[in-house]
Amino acid sequence: MIKFLIHDEQDMVGVAVADIKTGEAVIGKIQDSDKTVEIKSVSDIPLGHKIALRDMAAGERVIKYHVPIGKTVQAIKVGEHVHTHNLKTERW
Amino acid sequence: MSVPTFMGYRRENGTVGCRNHVIILPVDDISNAACEAVASHVQGTMALPHPYGRLQFGEDLELHFRTMIGTGANPNVAAVVVIGIEPNWTNLVVDGIAKTGKPVAGFSIERNGDFKTVEMASRKAMEFVQYATELKKTECSFTDMTISTKCGESDTTSGLASNPSIGRLYDRLVDMNMTLFFGETSEVTGGEHLVADRCATPEIREKFMKTWTEYDAFIKSQGVDLCGTQPTQGNIAGGLTTIEEKALGNIQKIGKKAMVQGVLAPAEAPQGKGLHFMDTSSAAAECVTLMAAAGSICHFFPTGQGNIVGNPIIPVIKVCANPITVSTMSEHIDVDLSGILRGEMDLDGAADALMSMMMRTLNGRMTNAEVLGHKEFVLTKLYRSA
Repeated sequence: MIKFLIHDEQDMVGVAVADIKTGEAVIGKIQDSDKTVEIKSVSDIPLGHKIALRDMAAGERVIKYHVPIGKTVQAIKVGEHVHTHNLKTERW
Repeated sequence: MSVPTFMGYRRENGTVGCRNHVIILPVDDISNAACEAVASHVQGTMALPHPYGRLQFGEDLELHFRTMIGTGANPNVAAVVVIGIEPNWTNLVVDGIAKTGKPVAGFSIERNGDFKTVEMASRKAMEFVQYATELKKTECSFTDMTISTKCGESDTTSGLASNPSIGRLYDRLVDMNMTLFFGETSEVTGGEHLVADRCATPEIREKFMKTWTEYDAFIKSQGVDLCGTQPTQGNIAGGLTTIEEKALGNIQKIGKKAMVQGVLAPAEAPQGKGLHFMDTSSAAAECVTLMAAAGSICHFFPTGQGNIVGNPIIPVIKVCANPITVSTMSEHIDVDLSGILRGEMDLDGAADALMSMMMRTLNGRMTNAEVLGHKEFVLTKLYRSA
């Protein structure tokens, strides 16, 4: 069962389409290519929230929809919940 | 590529429509009662009451006339009876609509009163209904029509599924040389640079950035900083983190291929084909009313939590991928895209479903909003009247 979707092959985050529990091995689908990827979650990630598809350093630009949506404010591990606690806008 | 056709109405000026309304259009607020009286006893007509049209001036007045004339000129409208309090502004609206070549007549209430005006207007309305009901549908090419999109009550399923599905549809339609609208000036904030990058020429890009910058300055002049409040608490609870991300979800509706060929003032009709940005409010009924006044004959409305908006003259096709909304508000949703979230449907499958519903709608199927009587005719007012 698909538990997250990825808009674009280059994206660094996917979006949960069902609640994901810590430690769960979850399968996601890339919308453009229909390819699937499997990731082990390291956080609880509610439906609609983002999951990291790879490790990211602090201050790194996060790509979603093929474009930056902000910068990380701390290092993020693959499978981690990505939200306001570790990602900020570049606008202000 | 072969361009699809539908059975619609080709108007006197060559534009094509998918509905055949006879409308009774008030120039101003105080003429609503007369218009509603005509519509109540002449079957097959529809009054479009609204709260404005007196003591407006400058750019705001120009927008009022553009919206009135554009609504009457829309290809989904077969004929128009215009009623206003006095003859000057009434004739201005009548003359604007008459340029399309469609039947239009104006009546003013001063020196007549409501009774006499309603009688004269009703006789003309009767004649127009009988004219309209004898018009025959003909085969119309997609190339000759204009459609629009704007989303509302968006949630994470909008950016994830329903908006990119509209984008995939727009990618197909632009290849058919259609005219396509998008707008929502406030909602592209955070992604305005991406819309700018999609502009076909440096001149169009400059016009877009000027429009957006003026909007941004207007918001700031009101002492409000939308930047501090976007995304909203509700958006954040739903999983949206940054304003860029929210704007990008919205911008998915224009797809990946079409370049912006023009930047339009509110309710301004485009000069050419292709994708056009219109400077509009992001309030649903205002935006759809402006796009209809600029010539859109069918509107795609993706929603997450369930916006129920309709329009009196153009069908509004409601699209949703949120399974809870689809089941709890089924009478409002025309196209269910929740299969995308379950991995059962891809974007091409979604675009197929949208194309199929568009074809059925153009051929005459009433949308859920039409069946439910949603006729939100909401004028945009730029500032207070004199």
